Amino acid sequence: MEEILTDIPSKRQHIQTAHCENGVVTSLLKYHGVDFMNEPLAFGIGAGMFYVHLPFLKINNAPAIAFRIMPGYIFRDTCKALGVNITRKKFRSPDAAKTYLDNKIAEGEPVGCQVGVFNLPYFPREYRFHFNAHNIIIHGFENGRYIVSDPVMEELTSLSPEELEEVRFARGPLAPNGQIYYPSDVGEISPERLKKAVKKGIKKTAWWMTQVPIEQIGARGFNYTAKKIRKWRSELGERKAGLYLAQIVRMQEEIGTGGGGFRFIYAAFLEQAAEILNNDKLIPFSEEMTKSGDLLRYNAVRMAGVIKGRNTEQKDFDEVADAMAEISALELQAFKKLRKLRL
Amino acid sequence: MKKDSLPQDPSALKNFTREVCYVKDEDGKYEQGLSTGWNVKADALNEAWVEINRRIEEAAKQVELGKKSPVLFFMELRLMDYPTLSGYTGFWKFTIKRHMKPSVFKKLSEKKLKIYAKVFKISVDELKSFDGRNIDRYTK
Repeated sequence: MEEILTDIPSKRQHIQTAHCENGVVTSLLKYHGVDFMNEPLAFGIGAGMFYVHLPFLKINNAPAIAFRIMPGYIFRDTCKALGVNITRKKFRSPDAAKTYLDNKIAEGEPVGCQVGVFNLPYFPREYRFHFNAHNIIIHGFENGRYIVSDPVMEELTSLSPEELEEVRFARGPLAPNGQIYYPSDVGEISPERLKKAVKKGIKKTAWWMTQVPIEQIGARGFNYTAKKIRKWRSELGERKAGLYLAQIVRMQEEIGTGGGGFRFIYAAFLEQAAEILNNDKLIPFSEEMTKSGDLLRYNAVRMAGVIKGRNTEQKDFDEVADAMAEISALELQAFKKLRKLRL
Repeated sequence: MKKDSLPQDPSALKNFTREVCYVKDEDGKYEQGLSTGWNVKADALNEAWVEINRRIEEAAKQVELGKKSPVLFFMELRLMDYPTLSGYTGFWKFTIKRHMKPSVFKKLSEKKLKIYAKVFKISVDELKSFDGRNIDRYTK
């Protein structure tokens, strides 16, 4: 391939964010002239904050819990709320996927790609698991390599055509199938539209966190996890129980969460929402989210004590569970109030 | 979390990147902060790897004892579970489990062995010749 695909360097703006999907939404919308966009705003409008404990599913042989909504929802909901159309395409054939991508960047437009993490060469080996819902932006093609803006990286990076094909066609759960996506028809977004979008995002999260009558979903989900944690030591033994806690810590604090299981990003969003909606009543809710995030982090320290084998008595597991139950109560109450708040 | 309490511990991210966290500045407003890592989550990640390595060694032992075929070992070595290996090979979980029986594995067609070898990024010979004792070749 020739080098005609090079994008204009000045437009090749790299924005680093905590979470990949927020980052892709932010960067792509900013590219299309939505200057006010930033990570917390994308996360809040896209109703990204969540909690779920999937009881029968195992990830890496440990329980499947998530502090965020399903992959793809943030991009979909943020764009929808702002009246932006999205084009998405999946492919059977890697060649067709490559041609489509090349044509798109030849137009000079950055695009989002879903990729698997396991074969991403610029990630440290310790972080390369079979996780297929990672998102990156392709900015162009230069010196035989694709220019990649990976939102969790500090700098722009690059992938060879072979490397990119491999990660775009990773297999297994959530296989990307070469998925490519980008916003189209991004018009002027009026302040009214933004206000409406922010309100909608808040209401949606408040609904998810309080109204789903399933004990594993939303704020109640923490309580479900707490109940499970109390039984882990006697049912699974210390080693496996410790491993399960390690999984919780990773889902909660690893790169991509912004710390405290996404709660700090959401607190930052509510702070911005108060300003956008000119409504100081949202500030206490931002503070509640900060509190929840802080409690989660204290709990991570507690769990690390168990994982490292310092504190492995039943009472140590109970303490972790107690903290989870406290977080459950805090979030349930906060979101119930938030749901009733007139915005 | 306050900005000055954002941990800056050494981690596996070193020389790759720093991660964005959301922290409160002096005025109590949120902003992005960059962190090199946090010991607490480094311990959790480390524990996950201890478990992975334990599983790999356990799989090698099973192969050595003649209880399982090399498919199990390479599945663990490549950090895969059944849904992932199933996705890459196109075989059902049920079929893969059968292929893990040494007696079934011995009779596998060249075509199927090639599929496994390609997914595991090894040669068919390497796949067939793994006996559980030559584990160092893959783990060192």
